[in-house]
Amino acid sequence: MKFDIFVIPFLLGLNFLLIYIIVRFTKWILSLNTEEKCKLRKYIFSFSLFKSLKEINQEVLLHRKIFKTNPLLGYMHMSLALGWFLLILVGNLQVKFFSPDPFNPPHYPIFLKFFEPNPPSYPFDKAFNFIMDLALLIVLSGAFLAWIKRFNSSLFGMKHPTVHSRGDKLALTALWFIFPLRLFAEGLSAAIYNNGSFLTNTMGHFFGSILPAEKLIYPAWWAYSLVLGTFFLALPFSRYMHIPVEPLLIIFRNAGITAKRKISTFAQIEINACSRCGICIDKCQLSSANNVRNIQPSYFLRNLRHHINDFDVIQNCLMCGRCNAACPVGIDSTEIRLAKRIEHNGYNPFKYDYLPSINPYRTDVLYFAGCMTHLTPSVKKSMTEILDMSGISWEFLDKDGTICCGRPLLLAGQLESARVLIDKNTASIKASGSKTLVTSCPICYKAFKEEYNLDIEIMHHSQFLLRLIEEKKISLKKSNRTVVYHDPCELGRNSGIFTEPRQVINYSAHLLKTDYENEKGLCCGGSLGNIPITNFQRKKIASEAIEKMGISKAEALITGCPLCKKTFAEVSDKPVMDISQLVACNLIKPKIEETKKATKKVMEDGAYSRS
Amino acid sequence: MPEWGYKININNQIDLDFNDKKYLQKLIESEPSVKSCFACGTCSGVCSAGNFTQLSLRKIIALVSRSEIQDLSKELSKCMLCGKCTLVCPRGVNTRNFILSARKLLNDIEIAK
Repeated sequence: MKFDIFVIPFLLGLNFLLIYIIVRFTKWILSLNTEEKCKLRKYIFSFSLFKSLKEINQEVLLHRKIFKTNPLLGYMHMSLALGWFLLILVGNLQVKFFSPDPFNPPHYPIFLKFFEPNPPSYPFDKAFNFIMDLALLIVLSGAFLAWIKRFNSSLFGMKHPTVHSRGDKLALTALWFIFPLRLFAEGLSAAIYNNGSFLTNTMGHFFGSILPAEKLIYPAWWAYSLVLGTFFLALPFSRYMHIPVEPLLIIFRNAGITAKRKISTFAQIEINACSRCGICIDKCQLSSANNVRNIQPSYFLRNLRHHINDFDVIQNCLMCGRCNAACPVGIDSTEIRLAKRIEHNGYNPFKYDYLPSINPYRTDVLYFAGCMTHLTPSVKKSMTEILDMSGISWEFLDKDGTICCGRPLLLAGQLESARVLIDKNTASIKASGSKTLVTSCPICYKAFKEEYNLDIEIMHHSQFLLRLIEEKKISLKKSNRTVVYHDPCELGRNSGIFTEPRQVINYSAHLLKTDYENEKGLCCGGSLGNIPITNFQRKKIASEAIEKMGISKAEALITGCPLCKKTFAEVSDKPVMDISQLVACNLIKPKIEETKKATKKVMEDGAYSRS
Repeated sequence: MPEWGYKININNQIDLDFNDKKYLQKLIESEPSVKSCFACGTCSGVCSAGNFTQLSLRKIIALVSRSEIQDLSKELSKCMLCGKCTLVCPRGVNTRNFILSARKLLNDIEIAK
């Protein structure tokens, strides 16, 4: 006898869930464009697939990323995922050893203690019972932690967990009750038949001593089946959809499919893979400095999933990428937000018919200061001094006025308008015939790298300064000054340049460590990514960042971005300097005659020959 | 009638009372900080686009506050949104949001027509 009426809720839920997932996944795969399909096909039939399987094991089951940042939270997620997975896997194996029938119904291993309360002995029966009890104990410990977290999340290092919708709460409650009810039902079974192992037997005898086991056992199995069925029914519409979608996301991402600039299939998968764990909320500086708690990816992606187009939520984001760096699922929500902004701002593009075409002199190194650098003349002056002294052939592209790089427009969702500026700048850069483009502004750097189609080397000035130092074109003296380095978002986290600025600083000063280095770098609040933010809010973010970085021990704050410099300078009581300023300060200047000779030689070589 | 060589000038005085203040009201709703502008002109001084053409945010704000919206769309479309004006504004006006909201509003008005 392998059926009882109480398994119907479970079977209904499970079948619904499986059909839903199959239909949804098939739809997603079919909606990929030809190029993406080709990529996916190639990837699935290659050995790299094993990499994805490894990643799925590490992230979906073991939750390595959460473990790294928060061990307790990591254990909670791991115990639930791994424990439940073990229960399913070992339960099915146990049935294979136990029953000669190769095809057992899906409910049979789950309610095994009901169908076979007194089994004849089979190989490894004690071991199986032990492992099953151990897995149940692991899951229960996770569920217990989840209960505590719901009532006091600060114990888990989470100040502001996600405020869940009603559907999510229903699914959450069902999930909480699944494992205690399993323990209860199996415990009662053990109380009557003594068929458990260390956990179910002990708990069972305890239940049996205070409750009428014989009467309660059948309702207990019903309750277990009902709760399982409810959870499966609610899963596709709740945050738990991330369980089936995350493995798919990992495979798609590793196959090289991206969500560039539109809400494509990949973006849909990312939206569904968000577990609304709320780790992004505490990382967001709008939350920590300004108590804005409705715009973080957790809520933003939920809005998108329910087709709510709240424009304020889409706009109000610094685009600093701290949430992406912390996301345990690896969702690039900034890209999705950008796609949404472009969707909303596709009307009436800006017109720039007044822009002149700039034709710089032909040169090896082209220096593009950018709008923000023109606003901080000290950076411009330092760079001019250093470049002049190095004796290389260089030219100032935007000396008499900058055509913006286009990234501010892009961040505002004005893709079409940005294209006009990009084309203008591309034309003048190509006309210069230079091999290297150096910029002082990380915003421009990112734009040149990602939006422009230039086949020349693009460098931030910190990288270029390092090269000049290493090639001995300039030499620095090391001062006793102690400094703190601030990673600008666009340079560090969003472009991956962490080491070069630090190396340059190490040549000329003593660098102190902070708690917010590299990927964890803080946003200055001046970001051009956020449009509706008020001046007051910006200043609060800047003050908070200064406070967190603890610059009181240092003599100066060094940054690589003119915008960050200007924003911090308003609120910092210590001087804020750009890397180029620090280098210019510590430059060992050759004697005047030598400089004159060097300049003359350059002139004779024709590097400065101007047509 | 004899030709005197003179003619009567067309009246070019602007009667602000005839202007529709609704536009200004709506704009202040979407970006309240614009009320604190004291027309110092720093924004116009640093403007990247202002290097190449006649573009003055101070003028735009003056026009908006008088609800003179005839040429506004053309003026606004010159902006490159680089954000220098936001950074230098001594009154903390969120100029980028002002420009985008103004453009959106003008666009809505045109669609409504």
